[in-house]
Amino acid sequence: MPKITVPLGPQHPALKEPGSFMLSLEGEEIKDAVLRLGYNHRGVEKAAEARNYVQNIYLLERVCGICSHAHATAYVHNVEEIAQLEVPQRAKAIRMIVGELERLHSHLLWLGVAGHEIGFDTLFMYSWRDRELVLDALEEISGNRVHYSMNSIGGVRRDMSNEQIKKVLGILKTLEKRIKYYITVGTEESTILARTQGVGVLPKDEALKRCATGPQGRASGVDRDVRRDNPYLLYDKVDFKVITQDSCDVFGRLVVRALEMVESCKILKQVLENMPSGDIAVKAPIKIGPGEAVNRYEAPRGEDIHYLKANGTDVPARVKVRAPTLANFESVAYMLEGDTLADAPLIIAAIDPCFSCTDRMSLVQTGTGKSGIMSFKELRAYSIEEYKKKGIDFSKL
Amino acid sequence: MEIIKELIIGLFYIIVFPGLLFLVIYGGLSEWLDRKFYAQMQNRQGPPWYQPFADIIKLMSKQVIIPKAADKKMFKILPFIAIAAINTSIFMIPIFSNSALYGFRGDIIAVIYLLSIPTATLFLIGWSSTSPYATIGSMRVLTQLFAYEVPLLIAVLGPCILAGSWSIEDVAVFFTNNPWLMLVNIIGFLVAIVALQGKLERVPFDIPHAETEIVGGVFTEYSGRLYGFMRLALDMEMVVVAALINAVFLGGSFGYSGWIGLLLFVIKTEFVVFLLSVLKAAMARVKINQMVDFCWKWLAPFAILQILICIVARFMING
Repeated sequence: MPKITVPLGPQHPALKEPGSFMLSLEGEEIKDAVLRLGYNHRGVEKAAEARNYVQNIYLLERVCGICSHAHATAYVHNVEEIAQLEVPQRAKAIRMIVGELERLHSHLLWLGVAGHEIGFDTLFMYSWRDRELVLDALEEISGNRVHYSMNSIGGVRRDMSNEQIKKVLGILKTLEKRIKYYITVGTEESTILARTQGVGVLPKDEALKRCATGPQGRASGVDRDVRRDNPYLLYDKVDFKVITQDSCDVFGRLVVRALEMVESCKILKQVLENMPSGDIAVKAPIKIGPGEAVNRYEAPRGEDIHYLKANGTDVPARVKVRAPTLANFESVAYMLEGDTLADAPLIIAAIDPCFSCTDRMSLVQTGTGKSGIMSFKELRAYSIEEYKKKGIDFSKL
Repeated sequence: MEIIKELIIGLFYIIVFPGLLFLVIYGGLSEWLDRKFYAQMQNRQGPPWYQPFADIIKLMSKQVIIPKAADKKMFKILPFIAIAAINTSIFMIPIFSNSALYGFRGDIIAVIYLLSIPTATLFLIGWSSTSPYATIGSMRVLTQLFAYEVPLLIAVLGPCILAGSWSIEDVAVFFTNNPWLMLVNIIGFLVAIVALQGKLERVPFDIPHAETEIVGGVFTEYSGRLYGFMRLALDMEMVVVAALINAVFLGGSFGYSGWIGLLLFVIKTEFVVFLLSVLKAAMARVKINQMVDFCWKWLAPFAILQILICIVARFMING
């Protein structure tokens, strides 16, 4: 049978963000997959060096639309560590509540997307309807549905009243019922089983070798969770299980995410019922450092690592973000090979990709196809050359 | 004068009733009902009743783009071949009464043959548009055709054996006279409904145009008027198929004609559409190999079982 190359992306109905997957097919089977990123680079890290610490909360929250709280919190943790601020307990609890609600909303969103990828639009509609409940809860707490803007350096910006706590607890009760329903659907519906079991297999040793994190790693038996292994906020004071599965396939990832939602509800209940009292923020200095810090945060998609270097001014010297998708992206090509074209969208969706968080700049010359990394000097020379052609001279700048 | 009169009547049959106009209007309404049922099952509002017609009108006014590499003649002519085949097949199926316009012995085979022409045009459409998505789509169309066609044919033959006739009219009349015998065919009816999901390319068997895998499948390169006609052909096919199921499995019009016949026809065909929507809403899309497996391992044996039941029942009726 002749080989056909099918481009899945950069623009494709299966992808919510641009990313390129060139699949070489023999019949329906994928023989080879070439992956390319770079359609969505926004230069957030560079932009962060031009803003002060408070403005950067706003910027880093926009690294990702789904795990916005994860990135902002990881960044704020770094700043607080360098400035040696003691964050009040109540602020930690509120950060945790928003973080866990975010996990619920991200996993419900994923469930819907996965349903859509396998043509099960009913599951998509149902889970996104119930995701609205979580968004309502988040709106109740923060006033926003997606970018919550709850963090400030040294605490949070809004307190939670008792009525709000009661309302969120009420929403959780409904949500728990719905999640139970999804667990039944996801583990018993025969077409879902047929589409997910044995698809996109990533054995444990491969998962370790390719640095899979989050639900992706845990579904391959990698028992790692920052919340338990390196507790931040109040995670050492709550009781929860880290869900792992040994099936190593998309079904395992589905089960891990579904059961994690149950655990999230458990954590939320414990925190909401035992809210510590006190202030919600301490005063933070404008100039931070010098010093550097690394912090990890268990985002819904996996481990999110932030690095911050401060030089004593009000602007950070370096902000480095490693979004979870970058870690999980390594295993996609491995999982695609040997599976069929019909599985490809689901396998890509199963890592819960967020290409704009993960995108790196790399140079690909059109025509020759040569790729590499440009140094700053080269890039500057290149851009000056380009603008000279347009009649603007930037060489003296 | 006689010839002209006959010509006018013939044209009326072809263009107005039960031909093109009826199929377009009823097809559009059925599509709307299907979408409405589907939306309600998914907790959505669903479109207003004129949505399918608005879609078609909008598509008709859009520009048609034909890819450079495509076979231009084939690309333009294929949607009309599909419509013509479907339009022809409705003449042999009884609609509001128990008599078809041009019924003859063995017309059931002719109808099934005519209804596989649209599927063949789908294959050719994908093949002649030469894009990778469309090519894979057309390969899937053919693979799928060989999976569902046999169970569908066997399932439809069950009632014919029971009625002892190869004519759709006779089958409808037989069940009108013996309504209880419809229960004998319940397995065949279910097999036919599932196989029809494959014929009409709907979830769980919408593999040839699985949008998250191969974008539009065979229709990827189609646009404007030509795509509108192809959509129309699929709507019309749904009506014809529902009418066929109504006549073969559900006893036709039960001997009524006129308004009561119309009412019965609408209720029963929309019931078939409703069943198709339930299946669509309750399942995920399967893979092409799973689909072939399912059709040969489950549907075909059940269809054969139905045939055996029908043969036994036939002997019991006669004996």
